[in-house]
Amino acid sequence: MLDLILKLFGKESSGSKNIAKERLRLVLVHDRVNVSPQFMETLKDDMIKVISNYMEINEQEMEVNLTKSKSSVAIVANIPVNRMKRGTSIQ
Amino acid sequence: MGEVLVITSGKGGVGKTTTAANLGTGFALSGKRVALIDADIGLRNLDVVMGLENRIVYDLVDVVEGNCRLKQALIRDKRYETLYLLPAAQTRDKNAVNPEQMRQLCEELSREFDYVIIDCPAGIEQGFRNAIAGATQAIIVTTPEVSAVRDADRIIGLLESEGKSDPKLIVNRIRPQMVKKGDMMDIDDIIDILAIDLLGVIPEDEYIVISTNRGEPAVTQPGSLASTAYKNIVRRLSGETVPLMSLEVHDSFFSRVKKFLRL
Repeated sequence: MLDLILKLFGKESSGSKNIAKERLRLVLVHDRVNVSPQFMETLKDDMIKVISNYMEINEQEMEVNLTKSKSSVAIVANIPVNRMKRGTSIQ
Repeated sequence: MGEVLVITSGKGGVGKTTTAANLGTGFALSGKRVALIDADIGLRNLDVVMGLENRIVYDLVDVVEGNCRLKQALIRDKRYETLYLLPAAQTRDKNAVNPEQMRQLCEELSREFDYVIIDCPAGIEQGFRNAIAGATQAIIVTTPEVSAVRDADRIIGLLESEGKSDPKLIVNRIRPQMVKKGDMMDIDDIIDILAIDLLGVIPEDEYIVISTNRGEPAVTQPGSLASTAYKNIVRRLSGETVPLMSLEVHDSFFSRVKKFLRL
């Protein structure tokens, strides 16, 4: 109730802990992405294995990267497909 | 075989040494045999926090290099006869010891003592690697600040890659008044971010300064908030279930009026 009245008067400060939490969350997203090239190679090999079950891909041209934007991390993979394998239509 | 606990944090100044001193003394108060190891070679401080700085003859590096026997380097506490300190060398650096030597030392001590508590230096280099090498359980100390929590997160990752999983967290220097105002991260915020088990919470307490001035760990003087909080942690580590102590702040009527009027 008191908070509500204070808000009505526009005198409520939002509290700096939320700023701290948000900044910490972002900084940790970046810190935690610190992965080794070896890790990326293993990931790439596993992806090739799985995808090769369904289609023939150009492994030389394949690119797998982790990208960091301001608020998130994503795996971006560019995988050229040579041809689909016969009989891999999904029932 | 006793347990080997390492007190670590990444960031300096969050209360590792104070925590090591109080947990060690706390265990000794309940009759346990305890060896404290100061692993901060070159910047030793556990000796002054314990009030034992005048009794040092040999140190950790002397033991590792075989200049003395382990028993000769262990300093017995002045108050509790089951409590011992192995001080760090002050005139050497972190490279004077390696992880394998620390592992052997911890193993030897854990045969004689119920608890071996290692005060880890700040940082993530050789000193850190030495300190965690022989530990069976890591205890991470942090404070409710962005920098300290960030470093704690890094330490958790490094411990994991060294095969030390399931570290426990102590949140030090919480100020309930600021938490209530929304100007300090609370326990849930920190647990949410770090995703490890909470071992205890130590409120900011002026008595810590006084007890450090005197060289008598806070747990030796009952009554202060920090003393109770450390004793609770000792009990939890001994297997008891102890609820977190209440850090509720009750506003007086006057302060509520003052807040309302924005005075």
